[in-house]
Amino acid sequence: MLCSIQSYAMRDTRSEIRPKLGIRLWLCGGWLFCLVLGALFAPWISPQDPLAQDLFAARLPPFWVAGSEPGFWLGTDSLGRDVLSRMLHGARLALIVAFIAGTLTCLIGSTLGIFAGYYQGWADRVISRFIDIWMAFPPVLFAILLIAVIGTGMTSIIIAIIIIDWTRFTRVVRAETMSQSVMDYIASAQVAGRGKFSTMVSEILPNLLPTIVVLLSLEMGIAVIVEAILSFVNLSISTDSPTWGGMIAEGRISIHQAWWVLVFPLIALFLTVLSFSQFGEGLKDRFDPVLR
Amino acid sequence: MMYEVRDLQLSLPDMVRKPLLGPAPKIDILKGISFDLPKKSVLGIVGGSGSGKSTLGRTMVRLLEPSAGHIKFDGQDVSHMGEEKLRPLRRRFQMIFQDPMSSLNPRQRIGRIIAAPLELHGWDNVAQRAIEALVMVGLPESFAKRYPHELSGGQRQRVGIARAIALQPEFILADEIVSGLDVSSQAQVLILLEDLVRELDLTLAFVSHDLSVVRRLCDQVIVMREGLIVENAPTATLFTSPQDDYTKELLAAIPLPDPDQPFN
Ligand SMILES: Nc1ncnc2c1ncn2[C@@H]1O[C@H](COP(=O)(O)OP(=O)(O)OP(=O)(O)O)[C@@H](O)[C@H]1O
Ligand SMILES: [Mg+2]
Repeated sequence: MLCSIQSYAMRDTRSEIRPKLGIRLWLCGGWLFCLVLGALFAPWISPQDPLAQDLFAARLPPFWVAGSEPGFWLGTDSLGRDVLSRMLHGARLALIVAFIAGTLTCLIGSTLGIFAGYYQGWADRVISRFIDIWMAFPPVLFAILLIAVIGTGMTSIIIAIIIIDWTRFTRVVRAETMSQSVMDYIASAQVAGRGKFSTMVSEILPNLLPTIVVLLSLEMGIAVIVEAILSFVNLSISTDSPTWGGMIAEGRISIHQAWWVLVFPLIALFLTVLSFSQFGEGLKDRFDPVLR
Repeated sequence: MMYEVRDLQLSLPDMVRKPLLGPAPKIDILKGISFDLPKKSVLGIVGGSGSGKSTLGRTMVRLLEPSAGHIKFDGQDVSHMGEEKLRPLRRRFQMIFQDPMSSLNPRQRIGRIIAAPLELHGWDNVAQRAIEALVMVGLPESFAKRYPHELSGGQRQRVGIARAIALQPEFILADEIVSGLDVSSQAQVLILLEDLVRELDLTLAFVSHDLSVVRRLCDQVIVMREGLIVENAPTATLFTSPQDDYTKELLAAIPLPDPDQPFN
C-alpha cells in the first residue's frame, strides 16, 4: 500500500508536554505508603507489645508532654498499653479490610454494572430491579443485622461492606457504560468484526477505568470508616486485637484524663480516609490520557 | 455488482410510544428500497434529515439487520447472516463515521485505533501497516502515538479514513463525513477521499446533505424521502433533468456561488 498523496501532508508541530506532578497525589500517596509500611512491619517496628498491660505505666502522656516516658512515644491508655504500637497493629486490620473489601466490592459491583449497561435487555432489568429493592433497605442496619447473625470477625466485616456498597459501583458503572455504548467507536469495532464481549473488554473497559479507580479508592476509605464504626460499637474483630475504632471507643471514656488515646487514632483515621478519597482523583488526573 | 439491494425494509421498536407492559409498536424507517451499486462506482445518497440515509447505510454494513428484503454483497446474501459468518466479510466493507470524536476511542492511541482491526483479521506487521495508512491520508507518522483529543477535527476525520482503508476494503460507506468540519477542512478531506477512491479502486457510498459535493464526487445518486427512494439516476441526469418534485426542491435549495448565475 503505497501512496502518491503527499501534497497535503501535515507536520506534527506539538512539542512534548510534561505532565505536572500533582501535589495531592504525592501527599495522599505518601501517607498511604507510610501506613502500608507501618502495617506490614508492625510486629518489628512497634516499640511495645500492643497487648501488654502495665498498670504502673497507665495514662502516660505523649513524648513532648511532661511526665512522659521514653519508649511510649504517643503515650499509653488506661491499661498501660502503648498507643503507637496499638495504632500500628490497628492499621493492619484497617488496611486489610480496606483492600479486600474495597477490591471485592469493586469487582462485584463493576462487573454487574458493565454487563447491565452493555448487554441491557433482561440482564439489565434483573440487575436494576435488584438494586431498586436493595436500596429500599437501610444498608447499615442490614449489615449490623448480618453481623449479629453470622457473628463478628474479619469475614463478617468484609461481607457487610460489600453488602452496603456494591450498588454504588453498579449504578455508576452501568450509567457510564450506557453512555459509552452509544458512541460510534463501539459501532466501529463491530464494523471491524470485533465480537460483543471482546468489545466490552477492550473498548469500553478502558474508558471506565478512571471512574472505577476513583470509586475504588473512595470505597477503600469508606471501608476503613465502616470498620472503625463497627469496632466502635464492638461488632468488629474480637476485642483483643487493637483496632482504631476500638481505641477511639476506649479513648472516649477517658478523654478528660488521657486525650491522646482518642486523638491519635482519630487523626490517623481522618488522614487515611481523606487520603483514600483523594488518591483516586489524583491518580485519574495524573494518568488519564484524556485529562492529561 | 458490489451491492444488490432488493425491497429492503427496516422497522425499529418505538420506545416513546411503548406501553407500560407488552412490546413497543414498530416504526417503519426503511419502507422497501431497491437499487444496484456496481463495483468501483461512487453512489451518492441524499435526502432530508430523518429520511433514513444513515439507517440505509448502517444496514448495508450490517450494523442493523433488515426486517424484510435482501442485501447482496458481491453476490452473497448478507441480510441475515450471523456475526460469526459475517466476520471474514467484514473486512471487505468498511465505514467512516460522521463524528470522528465519537468514532475514535478516546483512550486509545491513534496507532492502536488503526491497528486493532488489522490484528483482528490476523494480519501481520500491523503497526507498520497502521503507519502506512496514516501516511496515505496525509498525516505524519508521529501521530500514531497521540490520543484522538490531541488532534483537530479534520485530522481526526483523516484517522477515521485511515482506519477504514487500512483493511484494504472493497466498499466504504462514508456517512456525512464532512458535516462536522469547517469549510477548508471539508474541501481537503473530500479531495483526499476522491484521490483514495481512484487510487484504491474503491466502491463508495457517500451519504450527504450537500448536493454540490455529491455532484462532484458521485457517479450515481439516490434521493431518499421518508424511507423510500424517490429518484435513482446517474449524477449528470439527476442534476440536468430531475424527475421528482422533491429532487427539484433539493436542487433549488443549493446555494449558488453567484446568485446571478443560473444553476449548471
Ligand atoms: N434507534 C432508533 N429508534 C427509533 N427510531 C430511530 C432510531 N434511529 C433512527 N430512527 C428514526 O429513523 C429515521 C431515519 O433516521 P436516519 O438517522 O437514518 O436519518 P438520516 O437520513 O440519516 O438523517 P440525518 O440526515 O439527520 O442524518 C428518523 O426519523 C429517526 O427518528
Ligand atoms: Mg444520518
